[in-house]
Amino acid sequence: MAVSSWIRPEQAGLTVKSRHPNSRFVIDALRASDRVVVTHGHADHARPGHGEVIATPETLAIMAARYGENFCQKRTPLRYGESLDMGDVTIRMEPAGHVLGSAQIVIDHDGKRVVVSGDYKRKQDPTCAPFKPIPCDVFVTEATFALPVFSHPDPDGEVKKLIHSLAVFPDRCHVIGAYSLGKAQRLIALLRQHGHQRPIYLHGAQQKLCQLYQDLGVDLGDLRPATAGEKGKPRADLAGEIVIAPPSAIADKWARRLPDPLVVMASGWMQIRQRAKQSGVEMPIILSDHADWHDLLATIDEINPGEVWVTHGREDALIRALGLKGIKARALSLVGYEDDAE
Amino acid sequence: MKAFADLLERLLFAPQRNAKLTHLGAWLESAPREDRGWGVAALNADLDLGRVKSSMVRRLATGLMDEELFAQSYDFVGDLAETVALIWPQGDAHRQQNYNGPALHDIVTSLQHAKLDDAEGMIKSWLDELDVTGRWGLLKLITGGMRVGVSARMVRLALAETYNQPVEDIEEIWPLLTPPYDDLFDWLDGRGTKPSAQGRAVFRPLMLAHPIDDDHTDSINPKDFLAEWKWDGARVQLASAEDGVRLFSRSGDVINAAFPELVEEWGWHGVLDGELLAGTPDAVEPFQHLQQRLNRKKAGAKLIAERPVFLRFYDMLMDGDEDLRPLPIETRRQRLLETVTAWQQPLMDVSPELEFNTAEDLQQWREQCREGHLNDGNLIEGIMLKARGSSYQHGRIKGLWFKWKRDPLTADLVLMYAQRGHGKRSSFYSDYTFGAWMDDGDGRRLVPVGKAYSGFTDAEMKKLDQFVRANTTNKFGPVRELKQTMVVEVAFDSIALSSRHKSGIAMRFPRFAHIRWDKPADEADTLETLKTWL
Ligand SMILES: [Zn+2]
Ligand SMILES: [Zn+2]
Repeated sequence: MAVSSWIRPEQAGLTVKSRHPNSRFVIDALRASDRVVVTHGHADHARPGHGEVIATPETLAIMAARYGENFCQKRTPLRYGESLDMGDVTIRMEPAGHVLGSAQIVIDHDGKRVVVSGDYKRKQDPTCAPFKPIPCDVFVTEATFALPVFSHPDPDGEVKKLIHSLAVFPDRCHVIGAYSLGKAQRLIALLRQHGHQRPIYLHGAQQKLCQLYQDLGVDLGDLRPATAGEKGKPRADLAGEIVIAPPSAIADKWARRLPDPLVVMASGWMQIRQRAKQSGVEMPIILSDHADWHDLLATIDEINPGEVWVTHGREDALIRALGLKGIKARALSLVGYEDDAE
Repeated sequence: MKAFADLLERLLFAPQRNAKLTHLGAWLESAPREDRGWGVAALNADLDLGRVKSSMVRRLATGLMDEELFAQSYDFVGDLAETVALIWPQGDAHRQQNYNGPALHDIVTSLQHAKLDDAEGMIKSWLDELDVTGRWGLLKLITGGMRVGVSARMVRLALAETYNQPVEDIEEIWPLLTPPYDDLFDWLDGRGTKPSAQGRAVFRPLMLAHPIDDDHTDSINPKDFLAEWKWDGARVQLASAEDGVRLFSRSGDVINAAFPELVEEWGWHGVLDGELLAGTPDAVEPFQHLQQRLNRKKAGAKLIAERPVFLRFYDMLMDGDEDLRPLPIETRRQRLLETVTAWQQPLMDVSPELEFNTAEDLQQWREQCREGHLNDGNLIEGIMLKARGSSYQHGRIKGLWFKWKRDPLTADLVLMYAQRGHGKRSSFYSDYTFGAWMDDGDGRRLVPVGKAYSGFTDAEMKKLDQFVRANTTNKFGPVRELKQTMVVEVAFDSIALSSRHKSGIAMRFPRFAHIRWDKPADEADTLETLKTWL
């Protein structure tokens, strides 16, 4: 029987439903659903208000930290490598290398295997388990950076750029915009690997998830609040220090109150110079938690699936490139996943 | 090349003008002698690489990858040089790190002298060896248009600061120079004399006016100013010397070929500042008529006869070798008037001074502009105010010259179509077509009257973008047809008849003034109303 008869895009999201009464679940559901398997904790993939949520323990902890303990009615933790039967459908979690707890969902049914990779990357990240390629019949992939212009550099070189800048501008506060789940912690961990042992200062919106990462065993070193006083004003004594803030805060009044701020942004989008410039950034750091063009194509080559389904991003380009290589590919046209938060 | 590419990147990301000047200065000081001139030329968009053009870069890229994938990439990035720099196969990162690439002057001179096929090969091999920033810099050089937020003025300021010379001196001799500016650098390095304009008909930097609005007129004391009409033409400079007569556009380009009737030798040497107008001194014609001449690089006898033009001067910069610019404006005007009147040239006259005593007088003069033309039919855009006793200084100097434009016309119009912008605007619907109501017997309907993409704040643009996404009734390629409910107030300078548009009219300089959230589409303006401004 064709795979598309038991897994297909519906309004709520990519839905699995075999003939077995207990098999139904939705992956990264976009609207409230009875049973949801969540790939990772980013807000557009992990939403509150579902019945049962099946996810890695880390993803469940992230959701609880973001949405409160009552974010769903029932939590079912599933570790990497563990599997769970739902009627005649079996699922297993495998690392996706995207953020802490991020998982690919391996779905077996009727002798066929579908792997839903969620968001993933192949470059090094000290804060999460690396992506594991799983052979399958259908590989479901994202396409956030699916254009030939995206060829993300080695993260070490980017972090060195930042450390070099701290040496050149020892009196300027380096305020770095970084998405608060994954990017901020990865950047901190990379800085630590490169020997930056000074305290790193956090905007209020960064503190909760950094603390959670530390609680879950990811060592981020000495982290302190970048704010002081009741109104959450930035501290005036952070010259020469690193402050990590949400991207929305770096071009804002908040950042301008820091001592001679040098505005940095860490994101995969920073590769496009004109775009980086428009976002008011003085120093772009190209650091992406998504696979770039080459890694998307190399991953698909490596897995060599019978067919590729593309969820969100620049699916036209990826499908075109796969078509040229003779790989069967189609867009799922799921509406609701975002790519700008990266 | 690497050092120059790094400079371009630093300039792009430098947040303020001062930081940019510092980067420019540091580069001028450290760059090899032979590279400086070519770098300055590139930053000034004054670099000619012969037959090497953007199209070659595009060809190189599409030879490398599927055309469709290239098109999607280019569309996303919005800049050819950057697109190709990014999609070019990554070479050996380690080697690239320590590789400075070919010298800038070697690149420029070899491309200038290369055969087309050889040039392509050279560019390819450089691209293979440079890192991504180097590739970006090289491709910017080839495609022209640096887009790093540096003006020609800023480059000259950096030269002045780095070599401790008055910027006015550099501005003055600039039109004499051609890349790689050897005579300039000889002078700046103290190895040669300052290049001189003597005996050469060259462009002199223009004095520019600040715009003022009604709110600021109170602070202007009429006694301190001379007033003239602001003519609805094109600013030009006429220079005549032993080496010929030249007519320059406001940016300093020679436009002799387009206006041969104005550049016949008439036995006087000097430099004049004025307005190029359509018609004759007795009857000025609309700007659209001048536009027909400006559109042509060369004018033939037929066009010259059909669309006559003339020069109306308001300032005199040089009389022979005598520099009048340090003299007060009253003296310059007097000399101008005497000189031009004596010639009795049919295609030249002098812009008259407007008599006034009080601010109210001035207001009254301006009232006359509101109609767009004077009683005698002359077309004007507003009033110029020039400080008494002031010398002629290049640039926009505070407090000396003011332009006081007539009020723009406005109309309430309905949005009809939307299109995505390019490059940085590519994620928004920012280009809009709007229409006015028309009733030709078949019932009342909207007819497009213009298109605009500026005037909105970012916040308004976002809101409109949402409106577009929620109110699309039809898609034609990149264009969305909209539900006809959104009214916008559009400001424009004038309206002219046009056979190219279905509505029969064309707006000059339309831009958005406000979104009229409050106004029902039914109450937007009609084509009839717009035509009353013809
Ligand atoms: Zn994600
Ligand atoms: Zn995503």
